[in-house]
Amino acid sequence: MATKVVERKPLSLAERTFLPQIVSGLRVTMKNMFKAPVTLEYPDERPDIPPGYRGVPTLVKDPNGREKCVSCQLCEFVCPPKAIRITPAEIPEDAETAHVEKAPEEFEINMLRCIYCGLCQEVCPEEAIFLQDIFSVTGTSREELVFKKDKLYALGGTLPDSHFKWDKKKADELAGNPHH
Amino acid sequence: MVTDSLELVIKAFLVIGAVMTMAGYAVLLERKVAARVQGRPGPNRTQIPILGSIPVIGTFLTRLGVFQPAADGLKFLFKEDPLPGHVNKFYYVLAPMAAFIPAMLTMTVLPFGAITDPVTGATSPLVLADLDIGILFILAVSSLGIYGIILGGWASNSKYPFLGGVRASAQMISYEIALGLSILPVFLWFGGSLNLFNVVQGQSQVWTILVQPVSALIFLIAIFAETNRLPFDMPESETDLVAGYNTEYGAFKFGLFFVGEYTHIIIGSGVFVVLFLGGWTLPFITLPAGLFGAVLSVLIFLAKVFVIVFFFMWIRWTLPRFRYDQVMNLGWNKLLPLALANLVFYAIAIAVIEQLN
Repeated sequence: MATKVVERKPLSLAERTFLPQIVSGLRVTMKNMFKAPVTLEYPDERPDIPPGYRGVPTLVKDPNGREKCVSCQLCEFVCPPKAIRITPAEIPEDAETAHVEKAPEEFEINMLRCIYCGLCQEVCPEEAIFLQDIFSVTGTSREELVFKKDKLYALGGTLPDSHFKWDKKKADELAGNPHH
Repeated sequence: MVTDSLELVIKAFLVIGAVMTMAGYAVLLERKVAARVQGRPGPNRTQIPILGSIPVIGTFLTRLGVFQPAADGLKFLFKEDPLPGHVNKFYYVLAPMAAFIPAMLTMTVLPFGAITDPVTGATSPLVLADLDIGILFILAVSSLGIYGIILGGWASNSKYPFLGGVRASAQMISYEIALGLSILPVFLWFGGSLNLFNVVQGQSQVWTILVQPVSALIFLIAIFAETNRLPFDMPESETDLVAGYNTEYGAFKFGLFFVGEYTHIIIGSGVFVVLFLGGWTLPFITLPAGLFGAVLSVLIFLAKVFVIVFFFMWIRWTLPRFRYDQVMNLGWNKLLPLALANLVFYAIAIAVIEQLN
């Protein structure tokens, strides 16, 4: 490999005193002093979470307030660190949403195991589980960090829905076409 | 006689209080400047109960960090004051005092304003002790402060503090010479009087920095070295010596070192202002006689000192630290010959000017 010898010019008198360099350095720091701080005063100011951010996995309800999860357990199976545990249950016959297949009796996500990979959100056929913008999870015990169903719904809230899949199914059923 | 001494004591307490407050706020200024240079907001959380909860002003002062020095001081005061088992206890305890007292002593001869008698028109300095050898006193006492550092480094009985102390002494000796030589032309210029008041009165029209820029530059560099400020903070250099001479110190003892250092900076800036920036005078403006003029002169002086202190901080957060051999090289090979040449040049120039007149 060819080596190129870079010629070093001898320093001029002004350069040898370092004073012009010091002055230019002072100019840089003075300019910095008038810029706005680049830091975020964290607990008071929160960073902007970009869309698609993978925060804490949460369960969501549809705009009618129906829990979307049908406890198919796909997320439980796909979860790489096995953080999700679902206890499926039948929906009582007399409930308004009795036509929906199942509902989770208990839905646990162990936040100490979760790796925020987002596979549960990807795999969910009902669009019931979403990784939203919560990024700070703290707790004082291991038990506290196993999020239960009510906590997951509280964190998830309601997201807009464009399908209303089970409402359509019910309407079809009432119209005498239970199997589409 | 009794009222005279009482007046002097009150004045002394006022000056000490002012300088200590300034030292505290110099720390705040340092932190704020550091933060601003690095794109941070700096200390802006500390609040005290009543003053801090005034709607607009309280928030503003809190954001400014005005209450921070009080918190810092209280922290030093209330922390456990450890006495390591391996130190030489007597000198270990003596060192912070030896660093702190000379820093406070130098301010006694530093004039910080002037009062003109409205009746007689005579001007007298506002100073605790108007010595005719003011600058000699300042040089002598301020270099005593180095004993605190050397003593602290040695008494700690630990490698890094010891190295810090050794470096401090070497650096102090090297730059003391350039410091002394750089201010000789100033006193030659003002007719050979060592009284600081005369020097300031002589600058009422033209500041010395314009007449003797090289002296000012050497003096400025030398006080950077004397006060152990970056880029000359060899004794402390936290990257290679942990914390240098004060590694083994904590709580209030460290606080004394710390306040002593900042007092040194303030006094050094004060001396620079007196010698080169015209002290409390402004060119082309004559201050009114009486008390109002006196207050005004003190304020002008403080404003100039603030500018120099700010310059100290500004330099600190701009330049990286020198290597130890570079510090020695600069001191002995560059500054000393330059100061000597400067002295000879001005001595001849002043002699020629006097012959011509």
